[in-house]
Amino acid sequence: MGSLSTTRILLIGLGVVIALSFLPLKVSGYILGLMTIAYYFGVFAMAWDLLFGFAGEVNFGPTFLIGTGAYTAGILDNLYQPPIFVCVAAGALAAVLGGVVLALPALRVRGPYFGLTTLVAVLMLQNFIVVDASLTGGEIGLTVPDVITISDATNYWIALWFMAISGAILFALSRSPVGLILQASGQDAVQAGALGFNVTKHKLAAFIFSAFFSGLAGAMLVFYLGSASVGTLVDITIGVQIIISAVLGGRRTILGGVLGAVFLIAMSEALRPLGDLSNFVVFAMALVVVLLFPSGFFGLLTRSREPS
Amino acid sequence: MVFWQILVDGFAISSLYALGATGFALIFGVSGVLNLSHGALMVAAVVAAWAAGNNLHVGPYAGAAIGIAVGFAATLVTYFLIVKPLQQTRKIREEEKEIFILTATLLWGIMIQELIAYIYTNNAKTVAPIVNGVISIFGVRTPQNEIFTAVVCWLAIGVLWLLVNRTRAGKAVLAASMNPRGVTLLGVELSHVYIAVWAIYGVLVGIAGVLLGMFLGVSSYSVGPLTASAFSIVVLGGLGSVSGALIAAYIVGYLETITAYLISPAYRTIPALLLLVAVMYVSPRGLLGRR
Repeated sequence: MGSLSTTRILLIGLGVVIALSFLPLKVSGYILGLMTIAYYFGVFAMAWDLLFGFAGEVNFGPTFLIGTGAYTAGILDNLYQPPIFVCVAAGALAAVLGGVVLALPALRVRGPYFGLTTLVAVLMLQNFIVVDASLTGGEIGLTVPDVITISDATNYWIALWFMAISGAILFALSRSPVGLILQASGQDAVQAGALGFNVTKHKLAAFIFSAFFSGLAGAMLVFYLGSASVGTLVDITIGVQIIISAVLGGRRTILGGVLGAVFLIAMSEALRPLGDLSNFVVFAMALVVVLLFPSGFFGLLTRSREPS
Repeated sequence: MVFWQILVDGFAISSLYALGATGFALIFGVSGVLNLSHGALMVAAVVAAWAAGNNLHVGPYAGAAIGIAVGFAATLVTYFLIVKPLQQTRKIREEEKEIFILTATLLWGIMIQELIAYIYTNNAKTVAPIVNGVISIFGVRTPQNEIFTAVVCWLAIGVLWLLVNRTRAGKAVLAASMNPRGVTLLGVELSHVYIAVWAIYGVLVGIAGVLLGMFLGVSSYSVGPLTASAFSIVVLGGLGSVSGALIAAYIVGYLETITAYLISPAYRTIPALLLLVAVMYVSPRGLLGRR
């Protein structure tokens, strides 16, 4: 990983994204739909990796931030029907507020304790959504009156370029001095503080960035799907899928999250003939990767390239 | 009337929580592992006992024995297949092993859940209880099964206490939870201690699972909530402290029962979660935590 410069990786990424832009000419709308979802999940995984891989915070609740953004946008659209970009911006803003709320315990408790706090945050949000059914649609879900567009190809391009831009920003951030300080405070907060870095400020920034992209992607996903529900955006299993994507792709690589997300969605699609057993096989494969190749796909890719 | 009802009902459920969380606290205390497949292992024990009763038509005692055996076996498989390789690998840095064990056991738990749902569907399963009938305590009609559950839980916890405090192997386990390096210096093989602790944990998971199956019944959806309740009880009590976990189990059990009776069963878990967050803010070590 260290052998390639930031600009070179971003250029390679740009090439891949441009190549992927031509996909709508080749494949059916169904596959485009799957890829669109995979790209949004890729953003979720990248935002999670910034918190875990760099700031060292075990966040079991990525869906707390996503759900906050998605439901804020959806409810706003349902009540007042402002232009979609206003809803999406409001969703991202609400998620940032959620990120600050989540960051407060993180500055106080560490490791498994913080992990549990995030888990509790998700359960609380889920309870709130289910109990407040008149506003949120409860367990059935919330249907929004507007969608961005009904064209598969346009949706695909929006998701692709949104993912590309978010990825570039998050990746550049992780490679910047700020990213290094974050990594240092994740590994040894006391020593990083002793070197004169403001650990609290940097961690708070990591939470805000992660929350911003999670909430933005969550809100956009609502206007792609035309609905928001606990089962698709908030449930713990969704959070687990995001974590698996990030770990499979390679933690502390940011961009690996996209590979992991695409892999997960492609796998569950390829294994659909197995019926109910397909999930079992997907999770078993993820477990094998975690046990045998802990550095993930991205780690394998860059390691094989290093000797040359 | 409601007061006595809460007192009696809450006691049974709390005892069950206590037994479930004891093993979870024990393996964390000794080996620093938070096993997120905990709920799945319990559900596996229940489903085995249920399948033995339904498909093989064995009696309740044989069914319970099969359930405990499967819980035990599944726990040891978890240790040897997932936890041990991750603890010993050199590919992961020490400080990152925790998150890898969390992720891997979480995945393993979901795999067990999916497999059970695939073979036996998502329907709720109740194990035929060993004791039947109803008696009256303080005017509350109580199924004898509830009393049986509480008694067995406390017997198992009592045996565990004797094992840990009165036998040589148990004392090694206790010492390992206080200072692993010190125990190694005294010539105790740490890997043997780990295997012993996981074996004890397996038996506890099996017993707690089968009792849960007789008392409330489970479905493959119970996996997450069961893990979450054990996790929160152990954190509330203080990670690594078995007596803290016992106290916390009663606090959580009674809070849930009171909420379910006086407010609404829909809000059952919320006060316990709020209490957990509050305790973590005030004292992140929990009630009796050492680490």
